[in-house]
Amino acid sequence: MKIADKSTSAEKLVRDALEKAKKYAEYNIFTFLNEEGALKKAREIDARIKKGEKVGKLAGVPYALKDNFLSPEGETTASAHILEGFVSPITATAVAKLEAEGAIMIGRTNLDAFAHGSSTENSYFGPTLNSRDKKRVAGGSSGGSAVAVALDIVEFATGTDTGGSIRQPASFNGVYGLKPTYGCISRYGVVAMASSTDCIGFFTKTPDDMDLLMSIASGQDPKDMTTLPDYYNTDADTELSDLRPSWATGADRAPEPRNDGREGACRGSLNSSVRIGIIKDFDNESVDSDIREALKKKVELLKSKGHEIVELEMPALKYGLAAYYIIVPAEVASNLSRYDGVRYGFRSEKSDDLDALYYNTRFEGFMPENKRRIMIGNFVLSSGFYDAYFLKAAKARTMIINEYEKAFSECDFILTPVSPNPAFKLGEKVNDPVAMYLEDVMSVSLNLAGVPGLTIPAGETKDGLAVGLQLVGPRRSDKALIEFSKELA
Amino acid sequence: MEIKREDILHLADLSEFALDEKETESLGGDLQEIIGYISQLDELDTSDIQPTYQVFEMENIWRDDEILPQDATREQLLALTKNEKDNQIKVPKVL
Repeated sequence: MKIADKSTSAEKLVRDALEKAKKYAEYNIFTFLNEEGALKKAREIDARIKKGEKVGKLAGVPYALKDNFLSPEGETTASAHILEGFVSPITATAVAKLEAEGAIMIGRTNLDAFAHGSSTENSYFGPTLNSRDKKRVAGGSSGGSAVAVALDIVEFATGTDTGGSIRQPASFNGVYGLKPTYGCISRYGVVAMASSTDCIGFFTKTPDDMDLLMSIASGQDPKDMTTLPDYYNTDADTELSDLRPSWATGADRAPEPRNDGREGACRGSLNSSVRIGIIKDFDNESVDSDIREALKKKVELLKSKGHEIVELEMPALKYGLAAYYIIVPAEVASNLSRYDGVRYGFRSEKSDDLDALYYNTRFEGFMPENKRRIMIGNFVLSSGFYDAYFLKAAKARTMIINEYEKAFSECDFILTPVSPNPAFKLGEKVNDPVAMYLEDVMSVSLNLAGVPGLTIPAGETKDGLAVGLQLVGPRRSDKALIEFSKELA
Repeated sequence: MEIKREDILHLADLSEFALDEKETESLGGDLQEIIGYISQLDELDTSDIQPTYQVFEMENIWRDDEILPQDATREQLLALTKNEKDNQIKVPKVL
């Protein structure tokens, strides 16, 4: 990462980033450009460097903030009409941590409204264009952030991943994108979508940058009771092999005995053999041939480096998407019930009484996809349907978790496609919600299980579109995952 | 199962939003398809499986029972609405 020091200045880094952001205006990446605020902070950092004062690990590094992170700089809209005009008095913990190290937010990035979508076309501000082909989608929901990094406007960008919203746009734009273990980074001050699967993560150009950001952002936060004690930094010296099986190494659980005779088999360094799982069902006709080709190439690369390839059968994953589109809408219906037009954001003024105010504000303020998800959520939670849908999905979730646990007793990491196809054309799926949901078929199961996944760039298609693959590890294996991704470069 | 027009209106009511004619129609078709898709869980045998509602590995996170300083003041929060009067938020009539 380009850090401000005596050879360059924070002001120059920020000015360059802002200039590039304007140059690429047609991509519709930003919902807000923080020109004044960013330059002011840059000058402060330059003054401190000049005086010889200590500056942070991200001093002067320009970054882009997905517009569902709260901070007082610019409106936080989550690209939704209903939050129009909302300037947050509070700052998200993740933002506070980045800025404490000197990172400078140069703009807020576009997303599908409330992060509901896989293309950034559901944004109130219109779609973000793909960095490789302007006729194609950026992916989503964190489309703006992915394109901001891919076009080299910023050094890194934040994202949120509830079912693939970091990994899929990273894959569509050829950058690294990490969805960490559930609970690794505080969700305080981030617009809630589905609380049991929401994760904060990043887009970067290199694994090392990802590691640096994770070391800064992770850790327990008293403002988010679902944050884990900092394992990312305390396990800093942990070698890859020590993390197996990582759900058994949590402070609150005793390690499980291992009976596979491989005790210590790959302790030491990354040069030793690692077992990589390939999911049988994912390598079939439904996946684009260029993506299957990319996967094959990486498998050959891993074999040539002496790693072991293990074939996995994970039949329950087939039901991951259906379970996801029950559980997540249920949580969405609950989380989005707070937007009523009374205390902040957009208010419909046409209403004669309070009920009409709620109904009209939510009618005008939500995008169609927000409404679909809220209604599906209320449907699956309704008496009469709860057992058949919500409870059934919660049980399917257990089966998916069990399947990952079994898989990680047979391998260290899993390598899979992120999505069945590369970036699709704008407008191709926007009127077909189920086709859009199917985009998430390979990404949502990780969120249901709470395990981390890292998108790595894996070449391009014959047409020059970016292809990414997803490296999946057991819970708390984030650091090892990032480290191992270097083997695939 | 078939999603009827009255089901859509009922769900919109549970969701606390109005719908116009056009959206009632289009959402009706969409929901029918989505519910058709998620209904494939029927074929999964989940007998003897316990449900999972969250994947956070810990439980009972306690904090001391003391008042902590808040990130936003009352004034800052009230300033978020355009309809403030006498430290209160104005809304249309309730009854």
